[in-house]
Amino acid sequence: MTEKRRHQVSQRDAPTRWLVSLPPTLFLLVFFLAPALLMIGASFQQPGDFGGLAPAWQNGQLNLSLETYHFFFGDWIYAEIFFRSFLVAAATTLICLLLAYPLALAIAGSARRHRHLLVLLVILPFASNFLIRVYAWIILLGPADLLYTPFAVIAGMVYVHLPFMVLPLYTNLDRHDLALLEAAQDLGAGTWTRFRRITLPLSLPGIWAGSALVFIPVLGMFAIPELLGGTRDILVGNLIKEQFLDNRDWPLGSTLSIVLTAAVLLLAALSALVGRPRRSAP
Amino acid sequence: MALLDIRNVSRRFGDLKALDDVSLSIEAGEFFTLVGPSGCGKTTLLRIIAGFDDPDGGDLLLDGQSLAGMPPEKRPVHTVFQSYALFPHLTVAQNVAFPLQMAGKSESEIRSRVKETLELVHLTDKARQFPHELSGGQRQRVALARSLINNPRLLLLDEPLAALDARLRVQIQGELIALQREVGITFVFVTHSQEEALALSHRIAVMNEGRIVQIGAPEQIYSSPKNRFVADFIGTINLLSVDVREATSDHLRLHAAGLGEITSVPASGVAAGQRGAFALRPEQVNVVAPGDFQELDNHFHGTVRDHLYLGDVTLYKIALDNGVVLEALLTNSLPGCVRFLERGDPVGVGWRREAGVFLHD
Repeated sequence: MTEKRRHQVSQRDAPTRWLVSLPPTLFLLVFFLAPALLMIGASFQQPGDFGGLAPAWQNGQLNLSLETYHFFFGDWIYAEIFFRSFLVAAATTLICLLLAYPLALAIAGSARRHRHLLVLLVILPFASNFLIRVYAWIILLGPADLLYTPFAVIAGMVYVHLPFMVLPLYTNLDRHDLALLEAAQDLGAGTWTRFRRITLPLSLPGIWAGSALVFIPVLGMFAIPELLGGTRDILVGNLIKEQFLDNRDWPLGSTLSIVLTAAVLLLAALSALVGRPRRSAP
Repeated sequence: MALLDIRNVSRRFGDLKALDDVSLSIEAGEFFTLVGPSGCGKTTLLRIIAGFDDPDGGDLLLDGQSLAGMPPEKRPVHTVFQSYALFPHLTVAQNVAFPLQMAGKSESEIRSRVKETLELVHLTDKARQFPHELSGGQRQRVALARSLINNPRLLLLDEPLAALDARLRVQIQGELIALQREVGITFVFVTHSQEEALALSHRIAVMNEGRIVQIGAPEQIYSSPKNRFVADFIGTINLLSVDVREATSDHLRLHAAGLGEITSVPASGVAAGQRGAFALRPEQVNVVAPGDFQELDNHFHGTVRDHLYLGDVTLYKIALDNGVVLEALLTNSLPGCVRFLERGDPVGVGWRREAGVFLHD
């Protein structure tokens, strides 16, 4: 009934809705879609002699090729870096989930008057600069002889991204109807069963949202591996940054970006398929 | 031995006595109703029986065994919640199967019991749907099926009809009575609606301010309320302030100030000089032409102040000579004979001595 009513309202307010959504739509078209298309174009072009790109039309013929893609798929080192990046992102996501879930559960279960304060504490690190916080880890890890290791990279990644997992989880868990847990208990479910059968399945949307918010940025992150990781801990993000800023190979940088985006989209599609709630009983 | 023995149970929330020394026995197979205004302690008592709350004093015995310290998941007691609390991520069949899974039953037993139970509540064709796809009445039946499926010793129902519209409520009341008779499980029903209590129950406990005021069969509670509170809470009733002039084994002679004498049947424990109220149901009041009192032992003159036409019946408000307003309920069963009394019409009202009860303060 609520959905029907919402539908009626949207019909009447259609012009207003278009007006309101026009500026963000324009913004996304200009600053997101256009650069993405430019990058796809760049991946087929040649690097310019002094950086940048060689013209796509040269000496009366098209100067486009699949060269960078050949280069990318022809060298195992890129596959290895991609694989390592996915591994780091997956590990970071998993650790964040394991740390964030109990925390979000505790915040959602705390007295109402404390919750805002606790949520504020979770996002408090954002108040100071990201780079300064990562430098702090250098000071922390240096004496322990853990700096420039995969451990340092993952620790930094987890630290920076934890709030992005806590917030969607908390938002989800906070909305749970406590009567459901009472009903489950009334019908014979102990503490662990109540969690497994009621809380966990109902929090899946929060888990997916938090995981996406952690996994995707970690995959493209270059500052943390650069500052905390060793030479062997290079990730896709570093690779892309290197092509644009150090090697001046924009076409390869673009290709790497496109492959990364495609991989993330593929993964998102897969997780949407797996994570969709079942519509019928087995 | 009673199925459930509630012994001197008390519960305080700060300064508030939610339950004040409540004792109660519920027999096996009973449809027992706790009724009272909001805040009377009925829901607290229900939560204590379910195990979600612990009494500060007193004990509960189920089949002679104390329930003290036993968590809700271990009690053979299930609850139908006011909000139904159906699991939104599970289908109807999965919801109903839940208690059997908790009890560790085999897959094949679960399948056949779920099928049986869904048949019992006429939801076989909804087995694969999710709660949000059902109507209010269907959700209510899923909640019932889920709570009944593994035969609890006691089924607690917390205002389960409150969320339904009036028509559906009457229909589900009928279904509840039939269901309880069919499964034979003891029902403890909590409601603030005296109509539901009267319609459904074998026995009713009327509660007020944390205490049980009266326990009895619906007709007992209705016709012989123990005090002003019960008389007023259950049904509508006329209350006349009276004092007792004479109490014999043959009759009671009451005096209503400004009105005159009222004769009533004798009652135990009533003595001359007591003050109280004379309680009379609107359907016990006869409205006649002025002076035409026939065999009515008590009769007075009055004027029609107002009338409320309800279709099957009409409720008249009749102002008596001393300013007291009596409500009289007349059935409209014979269309030809109904002469609507108009506002301002002079009438006679009266009742037989068997009607009404004296309630002393």
